[in-house]
Amino acid sequence: MYRYDGYDHQMLADRVAQFRDQTNRYIDGKLSETEFLPLRLQNGLYVQRLAPMLRIAVPYGMLSSVQLRKLAYIANHYDKGYAHFTTRQNIQYNWPALVDVPDLLADLAEVEMHAIQTSGNCIRNTTTDQFAGAAPDELEDSRAYCEIIRQWSSFHPEFAYLPRKFKIAVCGTADDQAATQVHDIGIYIVKGDNDEIGFRILVGGGLGRTPVIGKEIFDFVEKKHLLTALEAILRVYNREGRRDNKYKARIKILVRETGVDEFKKKVIQEWALIKDSSLTLTDEEIDRCQKFFDAPNYQKLGNSPEQLTDKLHSNVLFAAWHSQNVKPHKVPGYSIVTVCFKQTGVAPGDVTDRQLEQIADLSDHYSFGEIRISHKQNIVMADVRQDQLFELWKALESEAMASHNLGLLTDVICCPGGDFCALANAKSIPIAESIQRKFDDHEELTTIGEMNLNISGCMNACGHHHVGNIGILGVDKKGEEYYQVSLGGSSKNNASLGKIIGPSFAQEEIPDVVETIVGVYKEKRNDDEKFIDTYNRIGIDPFKEKVYAKAD
Amino acid sequence: MPKLINKSAVIDNPWTVMKVSTGPEILQVVPGKNFIVPLQFWKLYQEELNEYDGNIAVWLDSNENPEQITGELDSLPLIALNFPVFSDGRSYTNARELRQKYAFKGEIRAIGDVLRDQLYYMAQCGFETFEIRHDQEPELCLDAFKDFETGYQSTITEPTPLFRRR
Repeated sequence: MYRYDGYDHQMLADRVAQFRDQTNRYIDGKLSETEFLPLRLQNGLYVQRLAPMLRIAVPYGMLSSVQLRKLAYIANHYDKGYAHFTTRQNIQYNWPALVDVPDLLADLAEVEMHAIQTSGNCIRNTTTDQFAGAAPDELEDSRAYCEIIRQWSSFHPEFAYLPRKFKIAVCGTADDQAATQVHDIGIYIVKGDNDEIGFRILVGGGLGRTPVIGKEIFDFVEKKHLLTALEAILRVYNREGRRDNKYKARIKILVRETGVDEFKKKVIQEWALIKDSSLTLTDEEIDRCQKFFDAPNYQKLGNSPEQLTDKLHSNVLFAAWHSQNVKPHKVPGYSIVTVCFKQTGVAPGDVTDRQLEQIADLSDHYSFGEIRISHKQNIVMADVRQDQLFELWKALESEAMASHNLGLLTDVICCPGGDFCALANAKSIPIAESIQRKFDDHEELTTIGEMNLNISGCMNACGHHHVGNIGILGVDKKGEEYYQVSLGGSSKNNASLGKIIGPSFAQEEIPDVVETIVGVYKEKRNDDEKFIDTYNRIGIDPFKEKVYAKAD
Repeated sequence: MPKLINKSAVIDNPWTVMKVSTGPEILQVVPGKNFIVPLQFWKLYQEELNEYDGNIAVWLDSNENPEQITGELDSLPLIALNFPVFSDGRSYTNARELRQKYAFKGEIRAIGDVLRDQLYYMAQCGFETFEIRHDQEPELCLDAFKDFETGYQSTITEPTPLFRRR
């Protein structure tokens, strides 16, 4: 993974010192609340319902075991012993005290980590497919480009006060797991003429109040022009994005109001001026960044060794976990393991300091000391030997981390909601739990099959409810918490936005509503048809009829 | 008078910002001044401004595009860019474009809600002088230019991005 050199370290040290000074001035009353606000946000610090919330950047979701141990230490030392994985591959702490934050950031800097630009109206953490570099269906490893974008976007002097936040995702795999099409800029690594690798760029995707699928602005951009293309897009957005209304300030509204063709014209004009400037990427820089993500020292092994197949036959629980949580790897004899953090009774994405330590140890032992956080709030060990899968599973099981519901209905994506977040209209964690309790039979879950259920506590949509196969949104109805249900969303290659099924429901009705929806699906599906495919075939009406018939 | 700094010191400020576009009579009332006039004023009263015996510069608000004055850049010793509120980032792009796109050689000045914590980025984007808000301490502001030793990007002060320097 990427390692800092003297320049990176210096910049980070400068940033920590800068924020320490800003925090001191704020505490001394020399910096007003309004003026401190964007400064603290650009250092990841929110003021929340109960305490500050600090969001730590995990560039494209990659973490080393050393960093994991530091995160465990921080959870223990500055927080209440746990951390939270976010839907953008970052980590949040819910309980640090403001005065401790500069020290916490200094601790993080020791392991090349920070909280820079994890919030505020600036370019946020660049995200990617959590299987990058290990997936069999990958055109090229996206992480080198993510790192190039990370550096370009960190402390960019022109784009620190954008109209609104700005999110970029890069995807190099055929099966898009990065929700690329619902980002302000979505970048697909593609093959152009003469087999040249380059980028297809979408703009104006996003969730929130106005969910939009991104539109293609360039079908092929040469590698060397990546940064100048991004800079041109950002420049047009910075100048022309709306600043009169925060809900209309994202680039998706600008693209919609300008029209994608006109917007593209403006970008091309800006791009022409800088296209061959010093910002043009060099082969040396691409090579330098790619070297950090060179394949680890894989052994020459074969697929499906006896140590694996024997255990698959003899241990039903292991086999269940294997069939849900283990995916094929590009190198023979290796697998990609996802550790699912969606246990009933635990808030989706929450992880304890002890679990962080355990994962660090296990990754050292089984996966070259590296892990990734997925946007579905789980952890990936990307390079596990197949003959060691059983041992790893045993170890996970002994720490209660062997949940085998990955990708199933109970692998809920969920924001912190009204229990923690000051923006939320409604709670989301208890909804997740009530659904998990309803569907507590694993056999039933596997019969239902692949299903994404997403819950957001308000229309800011941190739980990505628009792209859930089943989406649940907390709404405020005359001071009461209600929940709106939508169907048919997807964040995959054929991205689509869910459609609202009808009037919203009270909290206690939700598990039954989900059960009814699942019942309709099971009745109507053909053979192995996935929920999303059945939905696309039969439409929303059969679901609607059943759900509301029952309510009457 | 608001205090003016460059990147290393507090400096004299011979210029007065005409905050709102009034009638051209003002020029007769105060002769021999150095005025930074609003874009509207500058466009409407070219003739009167040409006859004026003091120096004239122009300021753009954050929603005004420098392309409106590209024909006249050589005659302007200074262009000021306004920050109506410090969190409005458009003037960063305007400063950069004045240098990069329009090759403006004169002084670029930040006016308006100009605060200590944005000065470093402003300097990177091509601002040279800063009319800091009345409550800002000039000495503290001067420290801002040392906030970072270097950055990753290609900027006006360091056109070579770090990846070509490391």
